[in-house]
Amino acid sequence: MKTNGSDTGAPKPLWLLAELTYKCPLQCPYCSNPLDIARYRNELSTEEWIGVFREARALGAVQLGFSGGEALVRKDLEILIAEAHELGYYTNLLTSGVGMDEARIKAFKAAGLDHIQVSFQASSEELNDFIAGNNSFQHKLEMARLVKKYDYPMVLCFVLHRHNEDQVEQILEMAHALEADYVELATTQYYGWALHNRDQLIPSRAQVEAAEAVAHRYQEKLKGKMRIFYVVPDYHEERPKACMSGWGSVFLTIAPDGTALPCHAAGELPGLTFPNVRDHSIEWIWNDSPDFNKFRGYGWMKEPCRSCDEKEKDFGGCRCQAYLLTGDAANADPVCGKSPHHRQIVELVEQADILSEPGAAPLVFRNMRNSKRLTADKWPKASGQ
Amino acid sequence: MSSRFNADDVPQISPTFRLQWEEAQGCHVILYPEGMVKLNPAAGEILKRCDGEASVARIIDQLKAAFPGAELEADVYQFLDTAYENQWIRHRRA
Repeated sequence: MKTNGSDTGAPKPLWLLAELTYKCPLQCPYCSNPLDIARYRNELSTEEWIGVFREARALGAVQLGFSGGEALVRKDLEILIAEAHELGYYTNLLTSGVGMDEARIKAFKAAGLDHIQVSFQASSEELNDFIAGNNSFQHKLEMARLVKKYDYPMVLCFVLHRHNEDQVEQILEMAHALEADYVELATTQYYGWALHNRDQLIPSRAQVEAAEAVAHRYQEKLKGKMRIFYVVPDYHEERPKACMSGWGSVFLTIAPDGTALPCHAAGELPGLTFPNVRDHSIEWIWNDSPDFNKFRGYGWMKEPCRSCDEKEKDFGGCRCQAYLLTGDAANADPVCGKSPHHRQIVELVEQADILSEPGAAPLVFRNMRNSKRLTADKWPKASGQ
Repeated sequence: MSSRFNADDVPQISPTFRLQWEEAQGCHVILYPEGMVKLNPAAGEILKRCDGEASVARIIDQLKAAFPGAELEADVYQFLDTAYENQWIRHRRA
């Protein structure tokens, strides 16, 4: 979250991300949900979610994101929005638009929803529908127009990767034509499904440089009309992102089954206890649980982070990336040029430069069938599921 | 004094932003998609009066009544311009 001013005192979970369900009508291979989405069947009930919202609000949470999966799959979304609005949250629906229609957009407005972010997979119907794994492009366009019609701020989100990185100009023209207020050019973050598909998704350095130039040109051209957020792809950088603004600092994610996480990818880290809102209060989870304190502050850092004069700026980068690529979550994020593991990242990007055609491994689409196949070892043998 | 606002203009919070008092922050905040700006006390006092009813002249009167003796006219116009540039407020539409 972008905030102004200095933060004083203990950290507060200002940003609550409610992953209401991992069910989703789309199958984007860049999804950052965990691979084992098929295991999350025991979703929190309406009442349990409302309890979460109430407790987090009391701790200072103010931005609430309804996400997933696809949040629209939850039939009680209107009720959850109304309760959250009543509690004083600024409510954000982060959606593919699939499962929405005019009646629902109207009902969300009546319930007090502040903002709808519609994601597109590309600016062309053909590529959008290929990546999404369904014919959703025309419907998304219609939903974007309705978002505007009902006076929501219109935020369009595009996740960039090798297959659409060259479309940035067309993407921004499309967003401008739809009269978007904000456009987020998000970079694929390599967790979950995206990590599994990384070799197929990572763009070449030339692609990234060209996309960045277009984004900056349009930022100038459309100044005061449309705000363009361009997220620099961290694999192509020499310094890590200030992931989550620091561990346990601002963000609180609740997975569909009530697991509380300091970020939506942290479920992949070993050695965490994964406190659940069904067993613990949000207050205990945020303030006292070992998980949320594990990488708070600077005490956990090793070299080169510990003595680095930029540690207060980037917090050593991303814990999940450090673990996934170096085997130790307390290492520096290998995106950092000071990390002894940085060579790995450089090689991945170099490899992407060479791969002009998709390599041997196919894109694996995010769906329950693939989830079960890829995570078969995590399933109890006699469960019959 | 050159400002985007005249004394009889009526400023209001833009529909794509929300102003509210945040107890946990101890200040007024501007909320927008996935973001928040914390306001200093003076900014909060001005913006909470931008209700789409009161003119700038009326807002200044209200502030003078609330903070007697303060010379605040120039500061109010300056802040309203800043708020306008940030798209937090707009002129009430007829």
